[in-house]
Amino acid sequence: MSAVLNDPAVGRKPLIVAFCCNWCSYAGADLAGTSRMHYPSNVKVIRVPCSGRINPMFVLRAFQRGADGVLVAGCHPGDCHYSTGNYHSRRRLSAFKRLLEFAGFEPERFEVRWISASEGDKFAEEMEAMTAKIMALGPNRKMRDARWQSKSLSK
Amino acid sequence: MPRTGVFICHCGTNIAATVDIDKVVEAARSFPGVVHAEDYRYLCSEVGQDLIKKAIKEHNLDRVVVGTCSPRMHENTFRKAAAEAGLNPFLLEVANIREQCSWVHRDIAEATPKAVALVRAATAKAAQNDPLEAPSMEVEKRALVIGGGIAGIQAALDIAEAGFTVDIVEREPSIGGRMAQLEKTFPTLDCSACILTPKMVEVAQHPNINLLTYSEVEQVNGFVGQFDVTIRKKARSVDATRCTGCGICHEKCPKKAPAEFEMGRSTRKAIYVPFPQAVPNVPVIDRQACLYFQKGRCQICAKECPAEAIDFEQQDELLERRYGAIIVSTGFDQMDPSGYGEYGYGQHPDILTGLEFERLFNASGPTGGKVVRFSDGKPPKKVVFIQCVGSRDKARGMNYCSKICCMYTAKQAILLKEKVPDARSYIFYIDVRAAGKGYEEFQRRAAEEYDVAYLRGQVGKIFPENDYLVVKGVDSLSGKTIEIKADMVVLAAASIARADAPVVGRILGINSDSYHFFNEAHPKLRPVETHTAGVFIAGACQAPKDIPDTVAQAGAAAAKTVSLLSKEVLQGEACTAVVNQAECSGCLYCEAVCPYGAVSAVEIEERSAGGTIKRTVAEVNAALCQGCGSCTAICRSGSINLKGFSNEQILAEVDAICLQC
Repeated sequence: MSAVLNDPAVGRKPLIVAFCCNWCSYAGADLAGTSRMHYPSNVKVIRVPCSGRINPMFVLRAFQRGADGVLVAGCHPGDCHYSTGNYHSRRRLSAFKRLLEFAGFEPERFEVRWISASEGDKFAEEMEAMTAKIMALGPNRKMRDARWQSKSLSK
Repeated sequence: MPRTGVFICHCGTNIAATVDIDKVVEAARSFPGVVHAEDYRYLCSEVGQDLIKKAIKEHNLDRVVVGTCSPRMHENTFRKAAAEAGLNPFLLEVANIREQCSWVHRDIAEATPKAVALVRAATAKAAQNDPLEAPSMEVEKRALVIGGGIAGIQAALDIAEAGFTVDIVEREPSIGGRMAQLEKTFPTLDCSACILTPKMVEVAQHPNINLLTYSEVEQVNGFVGQFDVTIRKKARSVDATRCTGCGICHEKCPKKAPAEFEMGRSTRKAIYVPFPQAVPNVPVIDRQACLYFQKGRCQICAKECPAEAIDFEQQDELLERRYGAIIVSTGFDQMDPSGYGEYGYGQHPDILTGLEFERLFNASGPTGGKVVRFSDGKPPKKVVFIQCVGSRDKARGMNYCSKICCMYTAKQAILLKEKVPDARSYIFYIDVRAAGKGYEEFQRRAAEEYDVAYLRGQVGKIFPENDYLVVKGVDSLSGKTIEIKADMVVLAAASIARADAPVVGRILGINSDSYHFFNEAHPKLRPVETHTAGVFIAGACQAPKDIPDTVAQAGAAAAKTVSLLSKEVLQGEACTAVVNQAECSGCLYCEAVCPYGAVSAVEIEERSAGGTIKRTVAEVNAALCQGCGSCTAICRSGSINLKGFSNEQILAEVDAICLQC
């Protein structure tokens, strides 16, 4: 396979990693599928049990590996399958977003959204909106580690 | 290096139409650790599963990745297949290339590389997977039913008949619920009490049923199979073991208070049973109303009670009980229509809600079964019924249809004609919804045989004039304005969730829709389960519904409960948190965020500088842990990890998904 580096010059679509909680947002993403809604293919979902599982380290790692945008999606506050997980993630991740901004990184690249299992349409809309926003922002140059991509491909 | 096998499913054309399967298989062969890759038309079929099992043995696979539909759909199917081939089921990973790839993208040139990336991520994660064992947990063979209306009664009877012990917690002094308030039921005009009362008595007498009336659930801990529930048994001020139900106490009691059972349309005594057929037939003292409790004197009931059952000293009792399963059947309320100023509810005694009007027919109701006006005690000759008060009203009320109003209004119009033969009913409606066995025929009968005038349209204003109520409306079919001089107006107010439904939902950890009706796990395939395993819902707490639907749903919830309680052990959650105690600093933030009380402090001994020291660290009780991972994210030293969704697994997925090939 030919390796196309994660290079903005190629004119590729931005890569968006979406961490979705198993009970609401992942099911919402599934519903978008069963309802045959469409959203950009550059969005790729990683399933986690709860948005409260998200360690900011995961988000940073995605940016380092070249993601242009990262989304964490969980149940609406009050609806967490585990009662309180999304309350913790709401506080932790909003502080984290401020920290990204403080560190000079575009905070818009990181979003937290509440998407329930019945909101397939909302999932698709959010993915469209996020993609459009990241397209306007351009590629993530600040945190991307270009060496990693070529190193792991040559392995 | 693991030996991974990758299997890609066509799902007929569901995946194959937008994903180039051959390319995905070819790409998978180049992923680290992949020793075998193939595709099949339907992997979830028996043949497909056999194909996986065969490959596991043939290629000595120790990791399996299936690129198929959502793991929420078939993860268990494939894990079971892997287990049958001798592989630990948790060594299998699913790449969701249908719901989150082939179905959401149209272009094969876009969907194919995405499918490759998703399969690559699943392969990378699988390489980090460890074999896991789900803990097995005992099932407490006892069920709790919250709410003793017809739903709770039916569910409890069904469970008890299957041989399991059931406790019913009912907050009112008697079971019976809304159905006990009804006079007749549609479409058969059965006397409600005649069909309900025998069931209530059966509940009271059943050896497997414990009735906890005048009680409320305060707290629920634990999980399916082992719910630890705190129940507050409110002080009745009457010793139920002594009381004979003779009724002398409420006969003699000098203090009156508004009767809740009659929606405040009549009074009861301070010591009372809510209605004559109450089960248990043991009165309670309303301490807010009672002269002794408020002013320190009276005690007439105690003096008159021949059984010496009055106990002013009684205290609330907190019961701690364990249950294997819980059925929630907390019912519904009728909306207070006073927000609709044009209908004048609350401003004139002859403007009633449907439920208040129903009580007029009942022999023990506020008028002793006479259909008369509250204002002057005369029978009404012209009654206007207004449908959809608060229902199907996006702007001011509830968006939904309350489902029962069309039918009970037709019933009440028929009953009215029978009680007051020269009365005429006028029903303002938007649509008549009579879907149900015998419902359409019943409604037709009301219109055709009982001379009920159905007027399609809305009422704009109601105001009193002389001794009648002027109802001004528009007939939307003819376009004419209508003015009726009515003796009584009945508002079919919306059925709404109980005011404290959000509290109940929070206590039980179940979610509700935007109207606070409890949500079922799946609207079609899992209508009585909730997303919290072991908690089931029945009756109008889920959505407005009539008695046959409620009884059917209660039976379904009971069947689910019985099948759960029939198991000796349940498989617990395998993906649980685990503490690296050597690195744990003992800050115990994890204990604070754990919603299940699964993390606790433990003292360990450690070798240090030649001697041993004692240190406090965190420990996870795997039986209690539900695997949310909150503790892992809060841990400052990164010493807690979550099996099945470990840091290493998630980071491997991130790396693989970001790799642009």
